[in-house]
Amino acid sequence: MGWHLLRGWTVLVYLFMFLPIMVVVLLSFNASQFGSFPMTGVSFRWFVELAENEAILRAFRTSIVLGLLTSVISTTIGVLASLALVRYNVPARNAISTLLIAPILVPEVVLAVALLLFLNALSVNKSFALLLAGHVIFTLPFVILVVQARLVGIRRDVEEAAMSLGASPIQTFFQVTLPLLAPAVFAGMLFAFTISFDDITGTLFWKPGGVETVPTQIFAMLRNSISPEINALGTVMIFLTAGLPLAGIAIARRLALKRGG
Amino acid sequence: MGAVTLQNIVKRFGAFTAVHPMSLEIPEGAFVSLLGPSGCGKTTTLRMIAGLLDPSEGDIQINGRRINDVPIHKRNLGLVFQNYALFPHRTIAENVAFGLKFRGVDKAERDVRVKKALDLVQLPDVGDRYPKQLSGGQQQRIALARAIVIEPDVLLLDEPLSALDANLREDMRVELKRIQHQIGITTVFVTHDQAEALALSDRIVVMSNGRVEQVGAPEDVYTTPATEFVARFLGASNILPSICTGTDQTTVALDNSAFGKLVLPRERAPHVTGAGAVKLAVRAEKLSIVAPGAAGAVGEEEVSVPGVVETVDYQGLAARYFVRVGNEQLQAINMIDGSPFAEGAAVDVRLRPRDCTILAEAA
Repeated sequence: MGWHLLRGWTVLVYLFMFLPIMVVVLLSFNASQFGSFPMTGVSFRWFVELAENEAILRAFRTSIVLGLLTSVISTTIGVLASLALVRYNVPARNAISTLLIAPILVPEVVLAVALLLFLNALSVNKSFALLLAGHVIFTLPFVILVVQARLVGIRRDVEEAAMSLGASPIQTFFQVTLPLLAPAVFAGMLFAFTISFDDITGTLFWKPGGVETVPTQIFAMLRNSISPEINALGTVMIFLTAGLPLAGIAIARRLALKRGG
Repeated sequence: MGAVTLQNIVKRFGAFTAVHPMSLEIPEGAFVSLLGPSGCGKTTTLRMIAGLLDPSEGDIQINGRRINDVPIHKRNLGLVFQNYALFPHRTIAENVAFGLKFRGVDKAERDVRVKKALDLVQLPDVGDRYPKQLSGGQQQRIALARAIVIEPDVLLLDEPLSALDANLREDMRVELKRIQHQIGITTVFVTHDQAEALALSDRIVVMSNGRVEQVGAPEDVYTTPATEFVARFLGASNILPSICTGTDQTTVALDNSAFGKLVLPRERAPHVTGAGAVKLAVRAEKLSIVAPGAAGAVGEEEVSVPGVVETVDYQGLAARYFVRVGNEQLQAINMIDGSPFAEGAAVDVRLRPRDCTILAEAA
């Protein structure tokens, strides 16, 4: 009896979590011209229309470029910062570490306004570079957390062994440290990309006029009406932001297995 | 191959001095152990030779060339760590070939030398595997192969056997000695295990609190400890405060509360200059415990005193007795002939004065 209740409850929780997403995915294939039930038939017309909508395509390109740049810059800085903090005796190491992680703890709105006011005070105009800088700031903590955790687990004596065998510090980094760090670097890049791709709060504050990312584009479209196109866009976004990391994890796992764990 | 010379090297970490001025000559081809408890400065010394730490003062020379300012990757040293430190993302063959790539050895030559190194450590068929697929002992052999394949001037071993379990450790000890003899490489071996140091070394450097306590051949360090620390650290010793009552050309006369008057040959008391308080060291296995008035009469050179067994530590082949003699409690490790003495048994404790040593430091 108790087990049945528990089972039922579990199903309800899952429904609560996933039903809205399922509805969006389902309705994106709706033939009706309204973005809601009832379903009148299965059709790909909203995906086709999505693909022909210039504004959305532009937003998509912006988001992808922004996400990729954010992940590359954030990961590079994150790896270097982690190396410095873990491997070298940096003065005020804990303070710097806390400072780098802090953007996670500060509400995003506060961070967004702060950066904007700061740049206003410097009389710098909003630009794509500013948007990128903002995204790097709040994806950096995730990269640092992931990379630091892995770096602590890489024994110093493996690097010392490489150097004793004739590898310079730079050769040691590229031939030993980086390959061992690869899963964390990969995970950090994925994190940074999906966070950047998903973000709306900071982006709304920082984006220059005329530039839209996918989330801000959806937001703008919703102000008029709930178009079925948005459902199709939602489906694509779910695929990108959930499917991509899952695929990444699967690849990383397979790589790790090949090396014997 | 090379000789290593340390000239008054010092290592300080802030206000703490890890290694006090230390000088050491390691001749070419020698196997030298740095032996001591953790925190004695032995690993710090090894890391300075390796180039992983800079000495605060003093010079390090290899083959007469000062190498203080040569970075580790240009020193041509073989380094083996306690935890193997193999590259987990590379195969065994790639691990062993790693150092050769930085020496401009071409692919064909590399393969030949990797194979030779794997043969030397008796693991010829594991080249395609990854480190995780090998046991601890096998991984340590690969680490050794990786270190010697580059034909280093000096081989530095940092507690290489400590991570292995007891039986394997003894096998690896024999293996290590065989390999070192075969290639004749100058080796510096850091260990806290006296048995390893005694079995492997040509010379042992006993260290404590950042200072060298004694340097000598294993037998010298064991049978003639210079200081109380060495006497206690290597094996079990009894340290008896004694009074030197007189010396002549060939003998030294002593008096102590356990054995009364003893006359030692001069060479067992090289540090004694005249009358005064001294410390007498006697190894536990040099005291023999016999039944009172047992046969095999006390030899001319033997002293015998009565005692009472207080504790017996049975070890199978031998037993360690704690025996009360007068005001002193003495340790004696004796082979068991028949059955061991019981606790509370009255016994005779016999000692040959020439098995005693007078320590260098005053009492």
